[in-house]
Amino acid sequence: MSAARVGVVTFPGTLDDQDAARAVRLAGAEAVPLWHAEHDLRGVDAVFLPGGFSYGDYLRCGAISRFAPLMDELIPAARAGLPVLGTCNGFQILCEAHLLPGALTRNEGLHYVCRDQRIRVENARTAWTADFAEGQEIVLPIKHGEGRYVADAATVAELEGEGRVVFRYAGGNPNGSLNDIAGIANEAGNVVGLMPHPEHAVEDLTGAPGVDGRGFFTSILKRLVNA
Amino acid sequence: MTLDTVKRAGETPEERQPFVELGMKDDEYQRVRDILGRRPTSSELAIYSVMWSEHCSYKSSKVHLRQFSAKAPKSEALLVGMGENAGVVDIGDGWAATFKIESHNHPSYVEPHQGAATGVGGIVRDIMSMGARPVAVMDSLRFGGADQPDTRRVLPGVVEGISHYGNCLGLPNIGGEVAFDPCYIGNPLVNALCVGLLRKDQIKLATAPGPGNKVVLFGARTGADGIGGASVLASATFEDESQAKRPAVQVGDPFMEKLLIECCLELYQADVVVGIQDLGAAGVSCATTELAAKGTGGMHVDLNLVPLRDPTLRPEEILMSESQERMMAVVTPGDIPAFMAICDKWDVPATVIGEVTDTGRLVMTWDGEVIVDIPPGTAADDGPIYDRPIAEPAGQSALNADGPERLPRPDDLLETLLTLLGSPNVGSKEWVTSQYDRYVRGNTVLAQPADAGMLRVSEVMPGAQETSRGIALATDGNGRYARLDPYTGAQLALSEAYRNVAVTGARPLAVTNCLNFGSPEDPEVMWQFSEAVRGLADACRTLGVPVTGGNVSFYNQTGSAAINPTPVVGVLGVIDDVARRVRSGFVAPGLRVVLLGETRDELGGSEWAHVVHGHLGGLPPRADLRAEQELAAVLAAAAGEGLLEGSHDLSDGGLAVALAESCLAQGVGCSVTLPCDDAFVDLFSESAARALVCVRPEAFEALAELCARHDVPCYGLGTTGGTTLSVEGVFEVPVERLREAHTGALPAVFG
Repeated sequence: MSAARVGVVTFPGTLDDQDAARAVRLAGAEAVPLWHAEHDLRGVDAVFLPGGFSYGDYLRCGAISRFAPLMDELIPAARAGLPVLGTCNGFQILCEAHLLPGALTRNEGLHYVCRDQRIRVENARTAWTADFAEGQEIVLPIKHGEGRYVADAATVAELEGEGRVVFRYAGGNPNGSLNDIAGIANEAGNVVGLMPHPEHAVEDLTGAPGVDGRGFFTSILKRLVNA
Repeated sequence: MTLDTVKRAGETPEERQPFVELGMKDDEYQRVRDILGRRPTSSELAIYSVMWSEHCSYKSSKVHLRQFSAKAPKSEALLVGMGENAGVVDIGDGWAATFKIESHNHPSYVEPHQGAATGVGGIVRDIMSMGARPVAVMDSLRFGGADQPDTRRVLPGVVEGISHYGNCLGLPNIGGEVAFDPCYIGNPLVNALCVGLLRKDQIKLATAPGPGNKVVLFGARTGADGIGGASVLASATFEDESQAKRPAVQVGDPFMEKLLIECCLELYQADVVVGIQDLGAAGVSCATTELAAKGTGGMHVDLNLVPLRDPTLRPEEILMSESQERMMAVVTPGDIPAFMAICDKWDVPATVIGEVTDTGRLVMTWDGEVIVDIPPGTAADDGPIYDRPIAEPAGQSALNADGPERLPRPDDLLETLLTLLGSPNVGSKEWVTSQYDRYVRGNTVLAQPADAGMLRVSEVMPGAQETSRGIALATDGNGRYARLDPYTGAQLALSEAYRNVAVTGARPLAVTNCLNFGSPEDPEVMWQFSEAVRGLADACRTLGVPVTGGNVSFYNQTGSAAINPTPVVGVLGVIDDVARRVRSGFVAPGLRVVLLGETRDELGGSEWAHVVHGHLGGLPPRADLRAEQELAAVLAAAAGEGLLEGSHDLSDGGLAVALAESCLAQGVGCSVTLPCDDAFVDLFSESAARALVCVRPEAFEALAELCARHDVPCYGLGTTGGTTLSVEGVFEVPVERLREAHTGALPAVFG
């Protein structure tokens, strides 16, 4: 049986791509590097948009990346059901690409924040969260300067009403996000974006204390194998 | 504007030149005329003035720094020593590590954000130019008193600059220091360290061999930033004119630097680089003269080809510009297409601006006319050397006589502990460090507030040989100790960094240093400098760890008031099995708490004297290097045998602070009995060569035997557990109360 293939995208200025690829491999899948400048998804089964400062965050976080040639392929594929996970800058890119609603703005405290953050899983029905239990609290690192989720009242009401708020900050909101939102999904649940970093919580030796990030990767693998 | 060509310089020998404004002395200018046999052109004057500045030439420090080589211990690990962009050490399994610390003090005072940011950028390029992938950074920061108004301007800017540049670059920030003392109010110290990893057989050097090889300038375009920065900013004391100097500070673009890193690594992988040099202080002047001097000896450069951000720049300005994110490579003509294709892939502009020659001359042209024609070694290596006068400071013996013995000692030791924990120097630095990404790249095994940062070596370069090894790094310095006795103070800085590496289970291997002092033209400062260098060189020899490189920062003074002499020392160590790393503090309940090392009544220059009494006098703790070495041997062996569960070094604030911090690490309390009958000395003395460890009860005997073999005193103090720190017969305090005091210090000042 060939392993599930998860693409990891590198834009100029992407930083967590090596970490994302490692997390994919540790879960038993094949990590396939995807290059921003190519119109080619290389036949992957799912895509991970890692964090970083793509294009230096110039103009606005994720605003330039959404126009990359690769995104011309990724956007329709995601709309057609390809599982996509965006963390941190990846989340910002998904919002800029309108695969997810709303936007991420400057943290309330105006400082970049790196810390181990408690997060509550609100929706365990997405492609990337099925291995968690709803209401479960996990610890993942956050590290961002622009992670404050904002959207108009109608959008937030819709997200809440449809159960599309996937993660909420617990034990203190680090950035002033509306409704403590840490991550959301699209209507179909195949596209998930969050500010915390599951790829930095998959090993005992490195990253955050604990291995709560593994659930993301086991979730998607089970889904791909059973598909 | 007339172009000052070599021809014109020969014809107008009497033309007055602004060498004084460029920071050159009369005799230095005359020396340039003697070397060239004519007056220099304005472009040549630009080159000599920056290359012979204190910052680039080390003219006042060289005679002392030679001791680092002369007294260097034999080390099989040393692959590249001083004199290159950074030293390289062998860490085993075919891997090598390169590391260096450098100051960016003056720019960070003038423009805290950009000054600190470009400090990170500059040291990262030094590491890149050795052929390595930069893998982490650390910062050693010193500011004026936390409550002084200007500190509220400088500190947030510096932290934001480091945070923005380092985070955007994708390098984890794994440690360093933050300290406060009023002596730094006009001269904050911003010392940035970078470490890189490479395969041993892939070391690159700054050299331009092979006539006909092409000289490529790549990275950012050249602009007007930092013009004169090297000689004007780094070598002159400021008075009240820092506003006027603002344009001289460089502006950084971490996104371009990230592209440069990935681009360089791909160039190295493709093996299309013969020699490489980063552009730092003195920009094109420095890169061309140094590359040429270390290569075949000649180079021809057409300055019109340098890509400009500001098309109005004159050749003199291009030569002096310190625009960031630029590198210079020497490439064979056949490899140029491959080189350019890789730069293109990463959107990094690259331009051939000249070629290597065998003429022994560095020749530069502008509009077809020769404007520079010099022997490159005269600018790069043959700068002036000064053996400056030395005099012990007038008040030194009075200072040493005014010991801490006269200070009233406290009755309430808990009150003293809480006061220290809540002081800016001892309190939690989370306000600063939470602004740094410590996780990126996924190899961070230990980071602040651990005593040393530690990185996994594997998975650094895809496809390279796997290894179980890790590297550990720590920086330390204590200006108060060095003020009391610069010789011992420098040794104590090394001792502490060495110990911080050792408590993680790693073996200390090599040293980098950043020597921050006042004006070398002041004989009393020069005495402090010479004593500190002598102390550090002697200690490196005794401990068997060579100095691999570093940096000197003079003129850290405003008016006649110099900073405390502040040698900052970085130590790199290696751990054979990174999974055996020892975590910080009390990691679980039910463990034996053990104090290693001997405690003496040593409170001169201590945190207690400083915080409680505002007193600085007497002598610093003794630097007992043999004891330090034996302690490190015990720690490495114990970690290797899996005896240690947790550890913490004893330093500022002594055992009391070490116990409190160990409790705070995981929120695990402890109950201990002090070994001697003077509880105050036991708790607050700052004797060196001591560490606190915790072990499983059944491992205690083995640890005690190991200590006996190394002649390291070993005291079982008690056990971990509970929610309080309890010192038998002295005090008992909830860990949460310690946490309140510890975490409150910086937020109270900086919000």
